Amino acid sequence: MWTRSLFSPKTEIPKSAFIGLSLCSVSLVLGLWCLLTYGGITPKDFLAAPHEVVAAGIKRIGNLSLFHHIWASLSVILSGFILASIFAVPIGILMGSFRAVQALVEPLTGFMRYIPVSALIPLLILWVGIGIEQKIMVIFLGTFFQQLILISDVSARVSKDLIDCAYTLGANRKQVALRILVPACMPGVMDNLRVTMGWAWTYLVVAELVAADTGLGYMILNAMRGLFTDVILLGVFTIGILGLITDFIFKVLRKKLLPWSADF
Amino acid sequence: MSMLTLNDITVRFEPKGKPPVLALDDVSLTVANDTFSVIVGPSGCGKSTLLRLVAGLEVPTAGRMELDGQPISGPSADRGMVFQSYTLFPWLTVRQNIMFGPQLKKLPKSECEDIADDLIRAVHLTGFENSYPKELSGGMRQRVALARALANDPRILLMDEPFGALDSQTRQLMQELLLDVWQSRRKTVLFITHDIDEAIFLGDEVHVMTARPGKIKQSLAIDIPRPRGITTLTSPEFMAYKKTILSLMHDESIRADTPEPVLA
Repeated sequence: MWTRSLFSPKTEIPKSAFIGLSLCSVSLVLGLWCLLTYGGITPKDFLAAPHEVVAAGIKRIGNLSLFHHIWASLSVILSGFILASIFAVPIGILMGSFRAVQALVEPLTGFMRYIPVSALIPLLILWVGIGIEQKIMVIFLGTFFQQLILISDVSARVSKDLIDCAYTLGANRKQVALRILVPACMPGVMDNLRVTMGWAWTYLVVAELVAADTGLGYMILNAMRGLFTDVILLGVFTIGILGLITDFIFKVLRKKLLPWSADF
Repeated sequence: MSMLTLNDITVRFEPKGKPPVLALDDVSLTVANDTFSVIVGPSGCGKSTLLRLVAGLEVPTAGRMELDGQPISGPSADRGMVFQSYTLFPWLTVRQNIMFGPQLKKLPKSECEDIADDLIRAVHLTGFENSYPKELSGGMRQRVALARALANDPRILLMDEPFGALDSQTRQLMQELLLDVWQSRRKTVLFITHDIDEAIFLGDEVHVMTARPGKIKQSLAIDIPRPRGITTLTSPEFMAYKKTILSLMHDESIRADTPEPVLA
């Protein structure tokens, strides 16, 4: 009986059951939302109804302002994320495999990792002002130190036998680093970039907290002032959907760029 | 002319906060040109350490090691090694893996390809040239690892329990294939195993090692005619050798299971 599989750990369940359960959880939330709003339990300035969010979306797609905000946020997130990755990937790989680099970098990163980015915003404003640079820096600081630790872990876990084997095949230290260590890290690097990309999205509103005039975070903050809960929800959903899209892009990229690596 | 000589090799490990361990104690060993020598011993007897010394991956505390009269210092393409763990480079295809050594030597591309194709035929992997390691079974991976080590045409081939992770049927086939390849190419081989059958089946000479401190307890010339096949495994000579080695090993396995002697 297939119902037994529901309660056995690590056992496949029928596809229909999987889809059914997924639909259940989504419709439960949607149902609750409808009940609260259409049932008149909560006022509009507390929680907008589904159709109001859709209407707010259609209006902003029509006058293109939603895309304007999306573009502003995307350029901040991508700039900060790419900048962080450019530094974190090579330094992380070195840090995980060279004790000297680890000794140099670890005390600083270990400390910085626990400082919330929002605590640094006042300093960032003093140092780089309130322009787009400040927003990019928030994303950069929010992802860089996390990436560094994760990627250094990936590098530390590269099999020593793989490296020894390359030596016995005649490779020198430089060849071992470039031709063995770096490619061996790539699947782990891609996975962690995907994870930290998700975290970068979560910093968006913090990044657009100060002196923003466009962007999804700004749209949400601005809507709060007018109690426009429909626009707030629209912004929240848009961030969620964009997050899912970037996640999907990373999955596809990994398959395309690293066809040799084991599936995850 | 290729001859490996080890003279009074001693290895002492000094782990932090623990008493020092004498892993190898005054080991002397000669491996003659074009012979197949096997070292058999209980786990933890230091046989892998011995092989890693010859590979140049570790340095002895005392003693001399020479290959063809030249002292061994550091790893080199002269001494190819096949590891117990799967060490194929996952980002390279079967053919690229085998070409790794020749390419490091900067041989012309066509020559590298000829070497690879020749070895792919020798280890019966025609049709898998462009497969990635993740698509291969354990036995196939170790065949590629053998071919990759041979591609450098090393003066000695070091094998560290290469079939240890394979099931017994595959292991038997691999042993036969290894003997085929060895007979057609005539290489000096130093092979490590804890499997007595494997040692007798493969070796011209079998060295039985004692456990901590690792010493060569006895060396036996295996006088069983080649080519050897599955009938060899049940022949009276084979059984006689097995009986001898079994009793030598039995004492050793018991000793290996008792606590380590503490050095002053």
